[in-house]
Amino acid sequence: MKRLSSLSELNKLRELIIKNRDPDKPCLTICGGSGCHAFGTEKVVAAFRQEIERQGLDTKVDVKTTGCHGFCERGPLVVVNPQNIFYQRVSVEDVLDIISETVVKGEVIDRLLYTEPGTGKKITYERDVPFYKGQNRLIFANNGAIDPESIDDYIAVGGYTALGKALYGMTPEQIIGEIKKSGLRGRGGAGFPTGAKWESCRRADGDTKYVVCNADEGDPGAYMDRSLLEGNPHSVLEGMIIGAYAIGSHQGYIYVRNEYPLAVKNAQLAIKRAEGYGLLGKNILGSGFDFNVRINRGGGAFVCGESTALMASLEGKVGEPRAKYVHTVEKGLWDQPTNLNNVETWANVPFIINRGADWFASIGTANSKGTKIFSLVGKINNTGLVEVPMGISLREIIYGIGGGVPGGKKFKAVQTGGPSGGCIPESMLDLPVDYDELTKAGSMMGSGGMIVMDEKTCMVDIAKYFLTFLEGESCGKCVPCREGVKRMREILSGITEGRGSDGDIELLERLSAALMDSCLCALGTTAPNPVLTTIKYFRDEYEAHIKEKRCPAGVCKELITYLVDEAKCPGCGLCVKACPAGAITSMGKRKPVVLDKNKCIKCGSCYDVCKLDAIIVK
Amino acid sequence: MVTLTIDERKLQAEAGTTILDVARNNNIYIPTLCFNEAVAAYGACRLCLVEVTSRGRKRLVTSCLYPVEEGLVVKTKNERIVNNRKMIMELLLARCPNNKAVQELAKQLGVEKTSFRLEDNQCILCALCVRVCHEVVGANAISLVNRGVKREVATPFYETSTTCIGCGSCAYVCPVNAIKYEDIGDTRRIDWPTSSMEFKLKKCKTCGSYWAPERQLDYITKKSNLAPDAFDNCPDCRN
Repeated sequence: MKRLSSLSELNKLRELIIKNRDPDKPCLTICGGSGCHAFGTEKVVAAFRQEIERQGLDTKVDVKTTGCHGFCERGPLVVVNPQNIFYQRVSVEDVLDIISETVVKGEVIDRLLYTEPGTGKKITYERDVPFYKGQNRLIFANNGAIDPESIDDYIAVGGYTALGKALYGMTPEQIIGEIKKSGLRGRGGAGFPTGAKWESCRRADGDTKYVVCNADEGDPGAYMDRSLLEGNPHSVLEGMIIGAYAIGSHQGYIYVRNEYPLAVKNAQLAIKRAEGYGLLGKNILGSGFDFNVRINRGGGAFVCGESTALMASLEGKVGEPRAKYVHTVEKGLWDQPTNLNNVETWANVPFIINRGADWFASIGTANSKGTKIFSLVGKINNTGLVEVPMGISLREIIYGIGGGVPGGKKFKAVQTGGPSGGCIPESMLDLPVDYDELTKAGSMMGSGGMIVMDEKTCMVDIAKYFLTFLEGESCGKCVPCREGVKRMREILSGITEGRGSDGDIELLERLSAALMDSCLCALGTTAPNPVLTTIKYFRDEYEAHIKEKRCPAGVCKELITYLVDEAKCPGCGLCVKACPAGAITSMGKRKPVVLDKNKCIKCGSCYDVCKLDAIIVK
Repeated sequence: MVTLTIDERKLQAEAGTTILDVARNNNIYIPTLCFNEAVAAYGACRLCLVEVTSRGRKRLVTSCLYPVEEGLVVKTKNERIVNNRKMIMELLLARCPNNKAVQELAKQLGVEKTSFRLEDNQCILCALCVRVCHEVVGANAISLVNRGVKREVATPFYETSTTCIGCGSCAYVCPVNAIKYEDIGDTRRIDWPTSSMEFKLKKCKTCGSYWAPERQLDYITKKSNLAPDAFDNCPDCRN
C-alpha cells in the first residue's frame, strides 16, 4: 500500500479504483451486520463463495459482505446488483437458485422477495421496499454498499474527499464555522451543538488536545452506533480527522465496548488501512497535519457512556463520572482539553463538509438538523435501523417505515431515548421527532433507541424493567442515584407484586423530583423519566395495580390468573403439551381442558399456543 | 479576587476557590458528609447542594466542587434545597437506620423518619476512608469494590491486606464512625464494614508502652528515609 502524499494522489487513486471496477458486473452484497450474523449470514456467504467457484464464475461475479443494511427483521439479506434485487430470509439452501436463476439468467426468485404485509404485494427491488422507501439515508447510505474491510470501497464512493477539502481548502475556523452553521447537534443523547463544542475546545488553553469517539452505546435495544462502526468505520474516522484538524488535536481515541467485537475489529482494520494510505499518522496527505487514533475497549459499563466516566475509564481508572463545572473541552482526558462526540455525530461531519452547511440545515426542524438513525425494536413488524429526517412524526416511523404492530394488536406506547427516556402514548404519535419536542413530552432523543409496546405491555412492569436496568448500572458514587434508583425499583416491584399502597405514586414523584435535581450525572437525573412518563400517561394502570390489585395488561404474575373459556375450548390438547408445570389436564376429545390454578406458574405458554383464544388472562 | 453573593451577603473570594470554602470562611453553614479538607472534593453525598444563579440560569450545584466566579449569586437554603437534602437524608437513614451520626444529621436537617424499607448498614459509602488511604497515606490498602448497590469498602479480594499499615486514618476520617479501631495491649484492631485486621504495636524502648503499629513506623521510616532506630522510643520518651 502506497502512502498518499498529496490530494491529487488521493484523487488519482480514486479514479483508478473506479476505472478498474465494472459497474455492470454482477455483485452479491450480503449483509454482514450483527442481526444477520445472528441469522447465520456467515454460512450463506461461505455457500455463495463455494457455489460461485464450483460453477467457475469467480471472475464474473463479486461477493461482498457489507455492514448492516438495517432491515434486521428479514435477515439474512442479499441484494443482487446491478439490478438491486432484494432477497430476504436467505438460507444456504437458496444459494444455488440465486446463482443459477438470478445471477446467470437474470430471473427473479419469487419466494425470496419481500411481501408487503398489508397488500400481499411482492416487491422486487430494495429501493421499493416500504421500510427503505420512507427513510432518508445519508449516514447509513453506504452501509449496505461497501465492504467495511476495504478502504478502496470507501474511497470509491467518495470517501475522504471531505478530508481533502478540509485540509486543502479550509482553515480550522472555517470548518468550525461550517459545523456551527449546519446546526449539527450531538447524536449521543444530550444534543449539545457540535460546532460550539469544537470551538470551545479549540479556544481552550493547552498544547495537547484530544478528540474522542464515544462508541460505548449501551441502551437496551439500541445498536445504531455499533452498526455504523461495524459497517462504515472510515466515515467515523474521516469525521474524527476533520474534527481533530479543526480543533488542533493530534491524538484521538475510539472508546468502544468489548461486547462489540466486530466493531472493534473493523475499526482497528480501518485505522490500519488509513495509516497505510497516509490518511492517518504523520503529515496526512502531505498537508503537514499529524493525527493518530487509538482504540480503547471498554468493559461494558453503561455509565462509561457518560463523558467524564468514559474519560476516567480511558485513563485506566474506575469509570465513574465527576462534576462538570469545569467542562471537558477545557479539562478532560488527563486534564487536557478534550472534545468528545458520539459515533453518529462524527459520521455526519464528512457530509457537512462535502455538501455544505446550508444543504445540511435544509433537512430537519428549526433546532434539530439533519437525519437521525433510530433502532426500531419491540412490538413492531419491521425491526431494524432506520434513518429519518429530524421532524418526522413518530406515527410515520412506526406505521410507515415500521409497518405497525404485529399480530393485529393495538399500539400502546413508544419508549424513546434508552432506559432513561420516557414512554410516549398513542395520543402523541403525531409528535415530530426532534430534540426539543421529545424533551417537552418528558422523554428524550437519547442515542436513538425506539422501543414499541403493544396493548399486552404493562406500563408499570416496563417502568420496573428500566429501573432494574439502571439500578444495576448506577456506578454507586452519589447517594441519590445509588440509593434512590434502588428505592424507585423497590416501590415498582411492590406495585407489580400486589404490595402497592396508597401514597406509592406520590413517593415515586417525590423521589423523582429529588433525583432530577441532585444526582451527579445524567444517569441519575434522567432515571426518573420512565417512571414519570408512565405515571403521567398511564396513571390508571398504576392505580389498578395499587387499588384493585389488578394488572390490566395481564402481565404481572402475582396479579393475574389464567382461566379456560369452556365455551371456546375444543379440548385439542395443545396447551396440555405446552404447559411445563403439568397444570392442565385433558378431559377427552371435545371436552374443555381443566386448568389447576394451584399448579399454574403463570408462564403464559398455554395462552401463546391456543389458537382459539380459549385461554383467558384475568 | 471575585465578588459573589451568598444568602444576600456580598463576599470577596479568591477566584477558583469553591463555594463551600467561601461559605465556611464566612461562617455560613452548609451540611456535608463526604467532604474533608484533607482530600480532594468528591461530590458524592450531594448534601452540600446549593442553588446558583449564573448568567441568568438557576441550578443546583455541589458547593464543594463549584468554583466561585464574578457575580455569582448563591442560595444555601431554600425550599428546593431543603427538600433535596431531606430526601438524601431519608435515603441514608433507610440505609443506615442504626447509625447515630446519620440519625443526628437527619434530625438536624428535619428528617424524623424515612419512607423506605430499612436496611442495616453502618457505612454510607462516602469513600473518605478510601480517598484518605490513597491521597494522604499512599497505602491504597482499601478501595471501593463492585458497582452501584453492591458497592462496598473492602481490602483487595476481601483478603487480609498486605499493604495496610494500620495507621487508622480511615477510621479517623469516617464521618459516621463506621470504621472502628482500638488498641488493646500490644495489638491494634481495625474493623471495616467488610473485614477486620490486627496489627502488632511497637514497644517503647524507654517506657515500655505500646504506642504505634510496627507496620506504620516501618512505612514512615522507609518513606522519609529515617534511621532504623528513629522510632525506638515513643514521642514522650524521645528527648
